[in-house]
Amino acid sequence: MGSNPVTWLGSPVFPKAAKAALADTQLRRNLRKATHTIRDKRAKAVAELPDWEQLRLAGEAIKDDVLSNLDTYLERIEAAVTARGGVVHWARDAREANEIVLRLAREAGTDEVVKVKSMATAEIGLNEALAAGGIRAIETDLAELIVQLGHDRPSHILVPAIHRNRSEIKEIFQREMAEKPVSDEPRELAEAARRHLRRKFLSAKVAVSGANFGVADTGSIVVVESEGNGRMCLTLPEVLITVMGIEKLVPTWQDLEVFLQLLPRSSTAERMNPYTSVWTGVTPGDGPQQFHLVLLDNGRTDALADRVGRQALRCIRCSACLNVCPVYERTGGQAYGSVYPGPIGAILSPQLVNDMHDKQAASLPYASSLCGACYEVCPVRINIPEVLVHLRAEAVEAKGRTPESVGMAALGWLFADARRYENAQKVGSLARHLAPSGRISSLPWPGSKWTSTRDVPTPPAESFRTWWRKNRG
Amino acid sequence: MPAPRVGLFATCLTDTFYPSTARAVVRLLERLGCHVDFPMDQTCCGQMHYNTGYRDEARSLAAKYATVFAGYDAIVAPSGSCGGMVREIHPELHGTSDAFVRTYELSEFIVDVLGVTDVGAYFPHRVTYHPTCHSLRMLGVGDKPLSLLRAVRGLDLAELPAAETCCGFGGTFAVKNADTSTAMLGDKMRNVLNTGAEVLCAGDNSCLMHIGGGLSRLRTGVRTVHLAEILASTEEEPWAATP
Repeated sequence: MGSNPVTWLGSPVFPKAAKAALADTQLRRNLRKATHTIRDKRAKAVAELPDWEQLRLAGEAIKDDVLSNLDTYLERIEAAVTARGGVVHWARDAREANEIVLRLAREAGTDEVVKVKSMATAEIGLNEALAAGGIRAIETDLAELIVQLGHDRPSHILVPAIHRNRSEIKEIFQREMAEKPVSDEPRELAEAARRHLRRKFLSAKVAVSGANFGVADTGSIVVVESEGNGRMCLTLPEVLITVMGIEKLVPTWQDLEVFLQLLPRSSTAERMNPYTSVWTGVTPGDGPQQFHLVLLDNGRTDALADRVGRQALRCIRCSACLNVCPVYERTGGQAYGSVYPGPIGAILSPQLVNDMHDKQAASLPYASSLCGACYEVCPVRINIPEVLVHLRAEAVEAKGRTPESVGMAALGWLFADARRYENAQKVGSLARHLAPSGRISSLPWPGSKWTSTRDVPTPPAESFRTWWRKNRG
Repeated sequence: MPAPRVGLFATCLTDTFYPSTARAVVRLLERLGCHVDFPMDQTCCGQMHYNTGYRDEARSLAAKYATVFAGYDAIVAPSGSCGGMVREIHPELHGTSDAFVRTYELSEFIVDVLGVTDVGAYFPHRVTYHPTCHSLRMLGVGDKPLSLLRAVRGLDLAELPAAETCCGFGGTFAVKNADTSTAMLGDKMRNVLNTGAEVLCAGDNSCLMHIGGGLSRLRTGVRTVHLAEILASTEEEPWAATP
């Protein structure tokens, strides 16, 4: 297990974690209902726009420009934020970012920070690092709050508590809140969370957020959300600390036009998200009077160096790929052992870990049937199957000689020569005498992985090429 | 116009396990006026190697394909998956080649190149159709297979719910992640059974081997038949199960 907290320490490899998740019938039901609902809504929201494909192409082009000229844009946003009274910090990895935030919170003289939902801070394990330094981090997004109060882990990028249904949420709230909800009605649960959080908003001195976009030209930071908790955090406390991955930049204000259409329709299936907060540095007498921007690398420049893999850095964290993925729908997010689950997680997490000798990370690119549903919905056209296969090749290389690699080489040798191949067909065809019923129900390992649930047809007496040779050759 | 010279790319799976499908492609394309040839040096497109992370083996097989299928007017494969591998991935491995560009999945070739939707077939059974992921999302065959099936006399076409969801095969995925694959297969089988169809049709024997393997294990009595075999079936020479 590597040192990058993007994958959770001690997580089993994907097939093992998936096996446990698949047996949880309540989880299966919760996931199926949630993913199908949001999947169908997204399809409707996207179908409303006749220029959706052009928007995707534009999103891809803007992000590719950012990634190709990242050094320029990063220096530009640093200058712009500094000019408007903000302070820019550079963090090479999770540890550096956590240290910066912890130091800033201590300097503000607080032992509690409120948080806007943020993938970057989840990726670096900020809450745990702050706790170790004696500072409580309070999640204010409803789903993050459910995960935090449930002493649980997130299972989705946008809806981290997607694996929970409302009666499970009621139980968590009743156990953890001072003013307990009386029923599992959504309205009652939301009201309980509101009462719980309102006190925190009004007393917090420091807020920590992530960022959806950072405009290089102006230094403006953008956070989009649905609940209004973000707006509270971003405006009420004296000190605001934003942790932003270095790939979150857009060059100009105008580029937001593209992403503020792509993101809400892809993620929540809304034409527009309810709250869009934008701030630029510090405005005297209005909002936080101290603004810190922590620019986070944590494996991103390594990913950027990979010609095929770098497209994962276009990701705007919409979750559309999770919602359509037939694997994610069945295993849920926790099986991926990372804050980034689903198809995007399967290509992003191993790249951020950047160590294919890490068995858990190396198992993630195989957590896909390569059906391509993710690529089809991705608003920035990340060819996820292409990157999955690319990372599989890296995993194979890291593993060296294995029974699988020997088998693959043998098959390659067989396929290199048609005569050799035909002879092998003839030998294999003898297996039909072992199973006169026409189906084989049990094979030795590794074939047993197939025959545990599926029959195999017996090979016919004559392959097609043998027939062709006799009749047409 | 002279008969187009078609190279049949049978694919290793069909060649070895489902020869009746390849024979059906020959019968069908000859009936539609093509000259069909099966170059004996062909083996495999290398998809399993490529998708599992063995790029070098896949690269050699792409090179072999380009040589074996040089010079045909068209190359036709009874597989969206192998067809997709050739057209979309081989150029990346080997560089461009006419053989890659001229490769078609069967339904694409019939509808787009030959311009035919009624192939004169007869198949008096209740059938449901599973659109395979790679035919749909790599090649974009759309509803071409369905338009061919709708023109088959006697065929009672039942719509498959959640048709475009993967069946869970995914090549070595079915073995490496057997539990997840089986969970996907379970939902696919439930949808197939709910149609009341006696035959499940698809354009890929790999997916059919997977779904059919599950349907057979559960003794559901639903049969899997490749699109080519349905389209080749006529009143004079009706489809018959091969042992």
